[in-house]
This record gives sequence, structure tokens and C-alpha cells, in this order.
Amino acid sequence: MKILIKNGRVIDPATNTDSQIDVLIEGSRISRLAKKINIKSHDKPIIIDAKDLVVCPGLIDIHCHLREPGYEYKETIRTGTFSAVKGGFTSVVCMANTDPVNDNKSVTEFIVRKAKEEGFCRVLPCGSVTKGLKGEELSEIGEMVTAGIVAISDDGKPVKNAAIMRRALEYIKAFSIPLISHCEEPDLSTGCVNEGIFSLLAGLEGNPPIAEELMVMRDITIARYVNSKIHITHVSTEGSVRIIREEKEKFDKVTCDTCPHYFMLTDESILSFDANFKVNPPLRTKKDVEAIKEALKEGVIDIIATDHAPHEMTSKDVEFAIASSGISGFETAFSLSLSLFHDGILDLKDLIKKMTINPAKLINVPYGVLSEGKVADLIVFDPYKEWVVNKDEFVSKGKNTPFHGWKLKGKNLITIVGGKLVYKDPDFILEK
Amino acid sequence: MDWRRKDLLEIRELSREEILLVLDTAESFKEVSKRDIKKVPTLRGKTIITLFFEPSTRTRTSFEIAAKRLSADTINISATTSSVVKGETLKDTALNLESMQPDVIVIRHSLAGAPHILSKILNSSVINAGDGSHEHPTQALLDLFTIREKKGKIENLKVVIVGDIAHSRVARSNIFCLKKFGNEVVCCGPPSMIPPYLDTLGVRVEYKLESALKDADVIMALRIQKERGGVSFIPSLKEYATFYGLKKEHISLAKDDVIIMHPGPMNRGVEITDEVADGPYSVILDQVENGVAVRMAILYLLLGREQ
Repeated sequence: MKILIKNGRVIDPATNTDSQIDVLIEGSRISRLAKKINIKSHDKPIIIDAKDLVVCPGLIDIHCHLREPGYEYKETIRTGTFSAVKGGFTSVVCMANTDPVNDNKSVTEFIVRKAKEEGFCRVLPCGSVTKGLKGEELSEIGEMVTAGIVAISDDGKPVKNAAIMRRALEYIKAFSIPLISHCEEPDLSTGCVNEGIFSLLAGLEGNPPIAEELMVMRDITIARYVNSKIHITHVSTEGSVRIIREEKEKFDKVTCDTCPHYFMLTDESILSFDANFKVNPPLRTKKDVEAIKEALKEGVIDIIATDHAPHEMTSKDVEFAIASSGISGFETAFSLSLSLFHDGILDLKDLIKKMTINPAKLINVPYGVLSEGKVADLIVFDPYKEWVVNKDEFVSKGKNTPFHGWKLKGKNLITIVGGKLVYKDPDFILEK
Repeated sequence: MDWRRKDLLEIRELSREEILLVLDTAESFKEVSKRDIKKVPTLRGKTIITLFFEPSTRTRTSFEIAAKRLSADTINISATTSSVVKGETLKDTALNLESMQPDVIVIRHSLAGAPHILSKILNSSVINAGDGSHEHPTQALLDLFTIREKKGKIENLKVVIVGDIAHSRVARSNIFCLKKFGNEVVCCGPPSMIPPYLDTLGVRVEYKLESALKDADVIMALRIQKERGGVSFIPSLKEYATFYGLKKEHISLAKDDVIIMHPGPMNRGVEITDEVADGPYSVILDQVENGVAVRMAILYLLLGREQ
């Protein structure tokens, strides 16, 4: 099978490319990049005319929830990965809070096998730090690495015990994987929204920003002490940004990400009591949003992740305090992130970098690069196409989004994983 | 002016004119409760459901009496646990009730925003009778009614609210309400019970009761919200009573014609002593009496609005 992408603007931050180049894919790999590639028609290639469009490496999401095994009513590996490729993602790191928890190699193997059989994109599991996400005993990290995990995290249930955190950070050094930390001091995080003016007005219990910042400080301090790789996920506060900026100067094994909702939404939206705005950590203030954008611009924030967290509507359509947290994010994350480009905060190359090569480097995988001989994971997108988010058109089982009805600019049109065309926007005609 | 809202969810969204309309309407209903035959036919044929997910004596009875004095039919539903615990969502409970064609659903719930969920999905009018730590609009309205009755005005008064501000929906609704009319509102309580950013609402915060009460026109004492974990914010109720319990000697710090209010239920000996609760400045039972008139007014306005 051959695919020829013609006339596109190829942007690959890994090779510092930004020019009009044709891309030829043969089998699972990129075989040629050249100004003009002609191909014999008896080869029966798929020809994609990417005129006025951007071709770039497939996006890599280092933080999502595929819910399988255990919560197949929220999402499955099949529906989740289909949602991912629709949104432009070709590799996704799925968190361990399944049922059973991904804390041993059997669960890892199940996810890897299921993804191979039914997945539309690469699924790179994240193992738990502790057994059952209980924060008490280390999971069998080494065996899970052998089975295919690329990182460990107790996402959603921050490791409270500093000694356990230290041991985990020490232990992973033998396996060269990072620890992805969801930073929230649990005792200070019993609420459901940001503690601020709007929690006061709504009478909803707030989690203060310091709950996040204390843990960011603690985890980086431990990681620096034991010289291990720490990644702070979904950074949401101005204070966290400040701490990470300072720590990065002293220590080069700290990285971090944020998610689109932390630069697109503020805590003011909770006044609607609509649980689609409930996320963990909570939406913060305008000032925090500005700090996050600034940190993206400066490069303090290395990666944009989705934290795709699909839920059945019943767990969202309830009283705010008892509703589930999270946003079904795969199908809006890239378009929302493109607003950073449209608003002049990031150029396209910097934005793509945060969603391709930077996450690839963090988890040490050979993806996120668009060059000859590399695996053909890539996307074609229109940075200017306008569209309206409609949750009912989500292919994810999770229709939980606060962005329903939003008019966005920029859309993924084509997704290729391992040389296979796995997604095409229904309105896109391959060869014009 | 006319009343145009389908629901009464929060004081914060009401205009001064709307609040005054409620007060003026309540004025005319107060007399009904003094008649021999305490009933007018105004809401005959209307059905009012009180749906209480939290225990309540005062508020529920007050709504029921208000409805009955207007000749409406009332049904009381008490669910001591959240509907979710029973396996039914709040939304389903509400839709089921609505199928029986009520005109008003009065809801009390332990979680903030529950009335808002109902408001979005129901055609019936929804009245918030207290949602978590969020709001208790009818309480604030009856408090304002009582203040107007006793003080002859509702502006430029110094109102001191004492107690567990962080967990109190009564405090929130009263702050929103009193600030709309340009009153000076002082909140006093242990710092751990004063929510961050309270000053952004235009209120002054005092940690010392004695300085807070100086020249007060109105003092409102609040209960420690045990059910919302209030007790864990202070060392003990005894210590709370020592520093923040309203005692007889405090009254002299306030203006001579100060009134003492409490939304009930009172924990005598904790936030208020017997002497103060039963003393000459106390209007606590007037609040309860006025509650009926104010709730009659609300029901009347919601059901009488232009459809």
C-alpha cells in the first residue's frame, strides 16, 4: 500500500522542517520526502491533495483514559482510539485507573493485546505507581515495563506518602521511564472547584491552588534529590508554573503538561452548576489561565495533553459535588490548542512540538518525527477550517464536554497510523 | 413591575425591584394569617410539592402553611438520603414528579446547585428552599421583610452576621440581599469559618465579636453547620461559645434599638444564650411568622406571572 500526500506544508519540529514537500508512504514507513514526487498510477496509491493544508507527525497524547477494562460503558479501547484518531492523535498514553487497576503485567498485556486487535492508534499504557492506586505498596513496575508500559502514574489519586513517592522515583531509574504526577495534596482537595470568588458565590467547596502547588514542589524536590525523571501533568495554576520554571533551572529531568481546558476556561463557568465544567484539578482563575498561556509560550510547559476523560451522562447530569470529573477531550483538544496559534501565543511549529516530539521524548518512543525511514504516523490538518463542536457527533462514548456549540478554527482531516489511513474527515475529498 | 421569573433559585440574580416586589406582596398577605378564617382562594387548584432531601421543620412547615392559606394543594416528600443513594438520580425524581403536573416544586437539598438542575429540566416553577452552602433565598427575603418591619427601612443599616459563614447558605443569601440595598455588612466568626475572598462581596470581616458588634442595627447569629463538617473548623463548641456566642453583655455594644435575628434552629448556649434569644431585642419568632407571608408572596408571584 502506498500513500502519496501532495502539495502539503510539512511541519516537523523534530527535524526543524517547515516547507512544501510531498510525502510518500510505502508500507508502514515514510519512504520519501521530496519537493515533487510523481508516482506511477499502476501502483494504485492513495493520493491526498494537501494543498493549503499542513502535514505533521501524528499527535501524541501522554494523558488519557480509555476506561477499559472495567468501565466499558464510559469508553472502550476501540471507541477511545477512534475518537483519538479523529482528533489527530496517533499514540495515546492511557492511565491506570481501570478496573482492575493497571498495576500488574496481566492488565498491561490485556490492554496491549486489545489495542492491537481493535485499536485505531497506538496505545501506550501507563502503569500505576502503587497497587490498586492505594498509595501504599509499589506496583510491579518492572514487569509492567516488560509488558509495555511507558510511564507510571497514580493519576487521580495522588501518592500521599512522600516515602512511597521517593521509592517509586528511585525505582523507575532502572527502567528509564518517567513518573507522571497528578499533583494535589489530598487533604486540601476535598472540594470540587477552585477555591476562589466563584466557589464562594456558588457555595461549592473549593480546592485551593496551593493544594496543587505543594505537591508540585514536593514531587520535584524528591525527584531532584534522587535524580529521577518527573513529569507534572495537567498544570493548572500560576503558582505551579512559577515553581516549575524555577526548578527547571536547577534540574533537567522535570517536564510538565497542561490541557486545553486550563487555557480555555475559567472557574467562573461553575456558576452554571453544569458538571461538564467539573475537572480535576479544577478550572482556575483568569490570572491562572494567563500564566498557563505565558508558560506555554516560554516553553516552561513542554506538552499539551488531553486528559480525555469520557463519562456516561448519568454521572455528569447530577449535582455538581457528586458528578464525575473530566472532559471527553480527544475530539476538541487539537482545535482548541490551535487557538494558541490563532491568538499569536505559539507558532504552528511550537504548538506541534508540544503535541508530537516533546511527548515522544518524555516517554522515549520513536514516534513524533516526520522523516524518511520513520514510522508513518502523521496527520493532515487545516489550521483555518471553522467548525462547530457538536457532542452528538463525538465518536467517543463520552459526550461530556463543556465545549458543545463552540465555534472552533482548525481541524484535523486525515490521520495515518503505521502507513494506514485510519481516519478521514467526511467532508474531505482525497484528490481534488 | 411584574414578576417574570419561572423560578426562585438565588438572591444573587434578583434585582432590587424584584426583592421589593416580594416584600410589598408579603405585606398584603401577612394579614391573612391574622384572620379567623386563614384562607384565601388565590391558588385554588394549584399543586405544590415540597421535596426535602434534608431535615427541616421550619421551612417546610412554613411553605406548606403558606400554600394552604392560598388554597393550593400540597404534597410533602421527605427523602433523608440523596436520591442517588436510593439509586435514582435527582433528575429522574424530578421528572417523575413533574409527570403528575405540579405547579411548583420546592426543593431543599444538601448539595449546591440541585435546584438549578431542576430548573433547567422542569416546566414547573422551582423554589430553592436551601441548597448546600449556596443559598437560601426565602430566608433572606423574610429576614429583609423582618428588618423593614422593625427598622422601617432596609438601607444604610449596619448588619453583623456572626458564625460559620463558610458553610452558611443563609449568610450568603443575606449578604447578597443586604448589599443590594447598600447596607454595611460585617461578618464575624473564627477565621477558619470565614471563606477566602469574602471581602470581594463588599463585606467587612472582623474576628473579634466585641469590635464587630459596635453600633450594630441588626445582629444575625448563625448555627454551626454540624452536617457540613462545621465542627472540625473549630476546637470545640465550648470554645466557640466563649468567643463567638452572643451574650447579654454584647447587646450594649450595639445600637439601643438593635434587633437580634437567628434563622433557626438555635443551639442555645452555643451561638446564642437564652437571655439573648428570649430577650427584648430578639425578633427570632417574628422571623418565623413573617416567613409564612413571604412564602405566600413568592408562591403567588411565581404562579401569577404572565405565562
